[in-house]
Amino acid sequence: MKFKVKRETIYGYTFILPWIIGFLLLVLWPMIQSFYFSLNDMRITPHGLRFVYVGFNNYLNVWLQDMFFIEELVRFALDTLLRVPVIVVFALIIAMLLNQEVKFKGAFRTVFFLPVIVASGPVIDQLLEQGATSIPMVNQDVIVGILTSIFPMWIATTISDLFSQIITILWYSGVQILIFLAVLQKINPSLYEAAKIDGGSNWECFWKITLPTIKPIILINMVYTLVALANSGQNPIINLIYVNMFNATRGYGFASAMAWMYSVIIGLMLLVIFLAFREKKSKRAF
Amino acid sequence: MAVKNANNFVGVLRNNSLTASQKFRLIKVKMNRFLLGFNDRKGFLLKLVIYTLLLSIGFVYLYPVLFMFITSMKSLNDLLDQAINWIPSSLYLDNYSQAYSVLNIRAALTGSFMIAFAPTVLQVVVSSLVGYGFSRFEFPLKKLWFGLMIFSFIIPPQILMMPTYRLFSELGLTGSLNAFTFPALLGQGLNSTIFILIFYQFFRQTPKSLYEAAEVDGANQLVSFFRIAVPMAVPAFIVSFLFSFVWYWNETYLTTLYLTSSSTDITTVLIQLQQFESNYEQMYPVTDASPNRINEGIKMAGTVISILPLLIVYFFLQRYFVESVDSTGITGE
Repeated sequence: MKFKVKRETIYGYTFILPWIIGFLLLVLWPMIQSFYFSLNDMRITPHGLRFVYVGFNNYLNVWLQDMFFIEELVRFALDTLLRVPVIVVFALIIAMLLNQEVKFKGAFRTVFFLPVIVASGPVIDQLLEQGATSIPMVNQDVIVGILTSIFPMWIATTISDLFSQIITILWYSGVQILIFLAVLQKINPSLYEAAKIDGGSNWECFWKITLPTIKPIILINMVYTLVALANSGQNPIINLIYVNMFNATRGYGFASAMAWMYSVIIGLMLLVIFLAFREKKSKRAF
Repeated sequence: MAVKNANNFVGVLRNNSLTASQKFRLIKVKMNRFLLGFNDRKGFLLKLVIYTLLLSIGFVYLYPVLFMFITSMKSLNDLLDQAINWIPSSLYLDNYSQAYSVLNIRAALTGSFMIAFAPTVLQVVVSSLVGYGFSRFEFPLKKLWFGLMIFSFIIPPQILMMPTYRLFSELGLTGSLNAFTFPALLGQGLNSTIFILIFYQFFRQTPKSLYEAAEVDGANQLVSFFRIAVPMAVPAFIVSFLFSFVWYWNETYLTTLYLTSSSTDITTVLIQLQQFESNYEQMYPVTDASPNRINEGIKMAGTVISILPLLIVYFFLQRYFVESVDSTGITGE
């Protein structure tokens, strides 16, 4: 028995070996360097890099001196809390619609691939410049006006906030739609047939077959959405880090410290998502 | 009997052998079936909702691209004419011929295809192997490596850029295609964590008994990877290939960093697009009398050219989505 376990270890490490080498060489080493930068007051001078060791001062300064960081971070956290579930649920719905027998399937699928192309390229900046990413027919002010006349103010603002984000949400969900579509393809149709014969409705099929099968993929999509939102060029914190990198008074060390704090916080958010999914898993009695 | 005869509403109404209340009941049943569907057939209402949703959301995606396409077909007069919004007054393709020459299209397309294709293939193959290793085998420190992999995904890449660049120039990778293929070969290409995660999940869904059966039949690990795991995860391969291709194609930050800063001939469509305006001014110098000013139409034509190859690749690959439905023949799981 022991021999078997050992052999599995060898196989496992053989398969992931390229990744481990790549990680140690191309990720861990730059990571250590960047961590070292963050402990220093680092300047890029014409004579090369100049380091002055400052310990964890950079980290303290990120929290104490930068007025924008905390403010942007809070806004980002709230935004993400709202956006991640909305994007993932939306992507799932679209993927399920596209997975059905609809006419012009190929055309629809091509159209829903557009955000993958557009949102990852420089095209999106041009489009934002042109104002082409907003729906032309919908007049925001009118909607807000109607909403405030019906609902109390705070509900109205939340709804209209979400509404003004809808377009952004749509553009960020292209990748997720395709991932869902790929996994939905893999579900064996005979499972649904069997369920139908036993009198299961579509609604039951969704909860009992589709959802449990794709649950791990939902998790992956959440991870992707979170990271994509966190590291996108449109994110103010990334811009803040970028500006500080070449800032005369703060420099690369400060920016590194900020990026490290930022990644730790994203890591914590990720952990929350993971825990949320794990808990539900243990509740389910298989 | 009567139900079978009455194939349509008119038939029901004309049928004299039925009383009024029977007619009413039959029509009600038919309407119900038509609107709500029965058995596997979808009702009209559901179809209406599905198509409305797909069309309206599709429109949101299509609108900017359509806008781009239309603008690229407009001549200068059309662009200035406020009355012309969606339909250009004539078929005007000069924008494309200008953009075509400004983009230096042959060199740029070759460069783009090289940079997108080679690392993509490597990245997909390596990610699938790594994903398979993570999903199929239990080994010590697996959780640690997995956690590190995810953590490496969330670190903002900007902050690792400078150390990585220094490392790459020490290794002599900058200025050539190696700057992209080498990380891809080691599973550290663009966003490769997400590909490894996708493969990890797909391979985990393959029943273990299949592998065991293959091993009993004397297959070694590589054989069971290629003959069992890969055919069961075709959608994952297609999706990964597409994403990877698009992301490499659209990458401008890294390509500028690794290629243009050192002297190489490699250029990509996207780099050319970034330098579009300055290139244009070089090719068509602005004089007072000439109408050679760059306009939106020409810029949009360049953009359309840059995304067209991606759409073509996608259109041909998406049909393979459906053809990979598997039947394992494993029962009693």
